[in-house]
Amino acid sequence: MARKISMRQAINEALDQEMARDPSVFVMGEDIVGGAGGMGEIDAWGGVLGVTKGLNAKYPGRLLDTPLSESAYIGAAVGAAACGMRPVAELMFLDFMGVCFDQIFNQAAKFRYMFGGKAETPVVIRAMVGAGFRAAAQHSQMLTPLFVHIPGLKVVCPSNAYDAKGLLIQSIRDNDPVIFCEHKNLYGAEADVPAESYAIPFGEANVVRDGKHATIVTYGMMVQRAMDAAAALAKQGVECEVIDLRTLSPIDWDTVIDSAERTGHVICVDEAHPRCSIAADVSAMVTQECFKALKGPIQMVTAPHTPVPFSPVLEDLYIPSAEAIAKAVKKSMAH
Amino acid sequence: MTAPNSTAGIFPLDKPGLLQAYRTMRTIREFEERLHADFAKGDIPGFVHLYAGEEAAGTGIMMHLEDKDRIASTHRGHGHCIAKGVDTSGMMAEIYGKVSGSCRGKGGSMHIADLSKGMMGANGILGAGAPLVCGAALAAKYRGDGGVAISFVGDGASNQGTFLESLNLAAVWNLPAIFVVENNGYAESTSRDYAVAVDSFVDRAAGFGLPGVTVDGLDFFAVYEAAGEIIKRAREGGGPALLECKMIRMYGHFEGDQQTYRAKGELDDIRANKDCLKMFTQRVMEAGVISRGELDAIDREVVAEIQEASAFAKAAPLPTAADLTTDVYVNY
Repeated sequence: MARKISMRQAINEALDQEMARDPSVFVMGEDIVGGAGGMGEIDAWGGVLGVTKGLNAKYPGRLLDTPLSESAYIGAAVGAAACGMRPVAELMFLDFMGVCFDQIFNQAAKFRYMFGGKAETPVVIRAMVGAGFRAAAQHSQMLTPLFVHIPGLKVVCPSNAYDAKGLLIQSIRDNDPVIFCEHKNLYGAEADVPAESYAIPFGEANVVRDGKHATIVTYGMMVQRAMDAAAALAKQGVECEVIDLRTLSPIDWDTVIDSAERTGHVICVDEAHPRCSIAADVSAMVTQECFKALKGPIQMVTAPHTPVPFSPVLEDLYIPSAEAIAKAVKKSMAH
Repeated sequence: MTAPNSTAGIFPLDKPGLLQAYRTMRTIREFEERLHADFAKGDIPGFVHLYAGEEAAGTGIMMHLEDKDRIASTHRGHGHCIAKGVDTSGMMAEIYGKVSGSCRGKGGSMHIADLSKGMMGANGILGAGAPLVCGAALAAKYRGDGGVAISFVGDGASNQGTFLESLNLAAVWNLPAIFVVENNGYAESTSRDYAVAVDSFVDRAAGFGLPGVTVDGLDFFAVYEAAGEIIKRAREGGGPALLECKMIRMYGHFEGDQQTYRAKGELDDIRANKDCLKMFTQRVMEAGVISRGELDAIDREVVAEIQEASAFAKAAPLPTAADLTTDVYVNY
């Protein structure tokens, strides 16, 4: 039975149901319980934004507050996964990956290949991504392209509560390391979410709006902005197809190429910086695979090549807007 | 001639244990010396870092372990692999980049692993194994299976943040994790005295609330006894500890290293007076518990084993183009 719940609740529910299903699943991170070792409430925080709130009471001993020590505890999650556990490690902000990246890209991602296919490392690393929270340059980045670049990692970035639950459940059951990116501005967004457990397979994009004139390819918080742009353009007689990639590695090329061949206009929208981004990646693949079907140059709508600014007026300019997306659609269609 | 069987009151191991220790150390030495010779001929691709001279430490520690116990090794990992029971033919083929290697030729010398033996991999990133060992120890504690996990680092990698963070994490979670500092005096070419600010690694352990002990890593028996106590304590829930083994590498940082950073005569002195294998042999023979003949018999078997491993590796098939893109994911 579906109810309207927030993405925060959907993620909590996914963790809850997987912990109930599989005793090898445990959760670790900074302040995920909150209050460890203190004199006050034990389950004080439940994560800095409350995503893991309440789980400690149901699964005592299976939520581990960690010291502020990302290299050690992310590495410990990787090591435990290589020893048959299914850890879900919360990195809080994906921006913190800088201090523990080795454990992800040189260890977790490479074990299977380096060890000749004999290792499985079923670790999930959850982290907040994205701008719009007035959190400035070191707590706001969309670093998805860094991880997509690395063979051995899977990268997930849901745009809504329904997908967040199903994709997180799939991530925990998956036998490869998964970087699970949660947009901090979507935690409060509600959607119809079934109460029962369900998994959404990786590599299956979601066509969230059908259209015949142009294809907008995006993910994460940009999906809603693409939908807003499409709604505005529809009033002017332009019908956009909007594709929510949902998982960036693996990526559903078939859905993207099929749509590009039908519409001939492709707009790649990415909250990441433009260079070597998901937008650039999709642009290159579409050009290679269906060049003859294109009726106009592929457009990229991305954040600028700058750090994320603090001042709200600048940050709002930084994040790609629905207006910028609509403008890019028109620019392609002008050809 | 067979020497008497009783070792009681003289050695902490029985006679079969002593013979096993000798066999392991001798196998490591033979494996590494074979690699040293074959590398010089140009037969072996890439980087090779030899463990020769350090056998007493790896062997003295690993003799306390079972397959369920995990270790994370370093770039100088061959000795740890052999002492943990990894097959020498598979290792040799791996070092030659052959598809019959332990890791199908995809890892090479710096990434040999055998998870079925609890060997979580040699590691090309210095200090990276310490957090992984925290995870292995956490898994053992979570399951309650009595397993321990051991991280090896050199004196150089002991300066890495990953190592120091792991000491703290293991202490606050009271993990069955042991951190072995293999102090061979050099981080590549840079001396330990230059790069490590404290006089003793035990002081570092104390700084993180861990007990620590320093032993002469050339003395198999000192390592064996100290490791035994620490491992037993960790198995029983007593928590992590640090073990510093002062040791010596007989060859360069990597094969091809001219070792001009060493003092004149240093290598000759090592060969003559600081060879852990010779020291072990002398001890057990002087005590009269093992005869030269018994050691010679092991030598012959070990030489044959490594000869066979080398022949196997040389004859083994190379990977094909089809192998390039496999084993990246479980499924994708």
